[in-house]
Amino acid sequence: MVTHHADAGRAWSAAAAVVDPEVPVLSIDDLGVLREVTVSNGGVDVVITPTYSGCPAMDAIREDVVRALASAGFADVRVRLVLSPAWTTDWISAAGRSALKDYGIAPPSAAGPVRLSLSVKCPHCGSLDTREVAHFGSTSCKALFVCTGCGEPFDHFKAL
Amino acid sequence: MTDAHLDHGHVELSAVTLSEEFVASDTPPTPEVAEYALWLGDDALVLAQRLGQWITRAPELEEDVALANIALDLLGHARSLLRYAGSASDRTEDDLAYWREEGGFRSAHLFEQQNGDFAHTIVRQFAAAHYLYVLYDRLRASTDPVLAGVAAKAVKEVDYHRDHADQWMLRLALGTDESRRRTLRALEDVWPYVDELFHDEPLLDALDGVAIRPSTLGVAFDADIAPVLAEAGLELPQAFHAAGGGRRGQHSEYLAPLLAELQVLARQHPGASW
Repeated sequence: MVTHHADAGRAWSAAAAVVDPEVPVLSIDDLGVLREVTVSNGGVDVVITPTYSGCPAMDAIREDVVRALASAGFADVRVRLVLSPAWTTDWISAAGRSALKDYGIAPPSAAGPVRLSLSVKCPHCGSLDTREVAHFGSTSCKALFVCTGCGEPFDHFKAL
Repeated sequence: MTDAHLDHGHVELSAVTLSEEFVASDTPPTPEVAEYALWLGDDALVLAQRLGQWITRAPELEEDVALANIALDLLGHARSLLRYAGSASDRTEDDLAYWREEGGFRSAHLFEQQNGDFAHTIVRQFAAAHYLYVLYDRLRASTDPVLAGVAAKAVKEVDYHRDHADQWMLRLALGTDESRRRTLRALEDVWPYVDELFHDEPLLDALDGVAIRPSTLGVAFDADIAPVLAEAGLELPQAFHAAGGGRRGQHSEYLAPLLAELQVLARQHPGASW
């Protein structure tokens, strides 16, 4: 009998190392997309949740999870996508927020969605004198901003 | 959309099982619940297809991106809802999207209306986003766990769509004489199709607690749009109400060409993948 406890930890670590293909500095664990990894009789059940309902990265993430677990020696892998409870940017870890900023994406505020009142800090120069150029950005989860201080455009990970 | 039955050649996953469930339920819906999910799923699918037609044609690049993102969210809602609806009759989301004829679609007429000029699209989007917001906000409390789960996810996204539409309504209505003239014309053209969204159908009698009775959403909808209309200095036209009939499969002349575009690839190249 294998020790399921050790297997479960190993399986979680393997799945957790998968990164978001759109934001490759962010692991799906830090992003809050990886919800559950359970091991039974050598098979692994993984539960992931989409950031946005139509997020096209989910298919790639699903395949990457299977590959990562296969490399860790788990052949029988089932990945299930669940919608409930709904993903929120509050699930992005502190390490994830910091990685986003270093990558040049302004992280979401920790307080959930806030309409138009809080300043978004420029990830390049730290200025709070920024403005939204467009409500929507290069992926579902981002909006486009520009910094009045340093003049650089940047993506902002929207609070949801 | 992907098709679970197809063999996606470039992915070597033969050794594993991929579960395609979007929602955590093993129980297929009753035929009545499936029909209701079809209504909502078709609304989302048809509007997503319409909005996608703006890509490369919007007034500015940022708006191309915005309308495409909104369409993508709606497509996500459609996939979850059609998958659930189809599970009652052993059909996939692709079976429902690509292989039904016009008369099989249950979308309301508002969503199939042509894009018109940008003002028409924004007015349609203003009505659609506020309607979907008040609907999903209530549907979160549905006794059906799948519908409640989809609604809880979707409400956060359509809230953002609502904000996008509100900002454009203000900008167009308070912009130039020309933008205001076009906004007023768009209201005259689009608003007759709003009434159908709040029309009760007999199906609702069988879905107490599961579905939201459309007629009970009107008050919340009116309250939701009122501040924006006031700020924009707009009044709703006292127009006629279009006949509707989408929930019974009766559609305007605009749905069939939209479906032809949506379905042509899947029908000419069955099993195509890329």
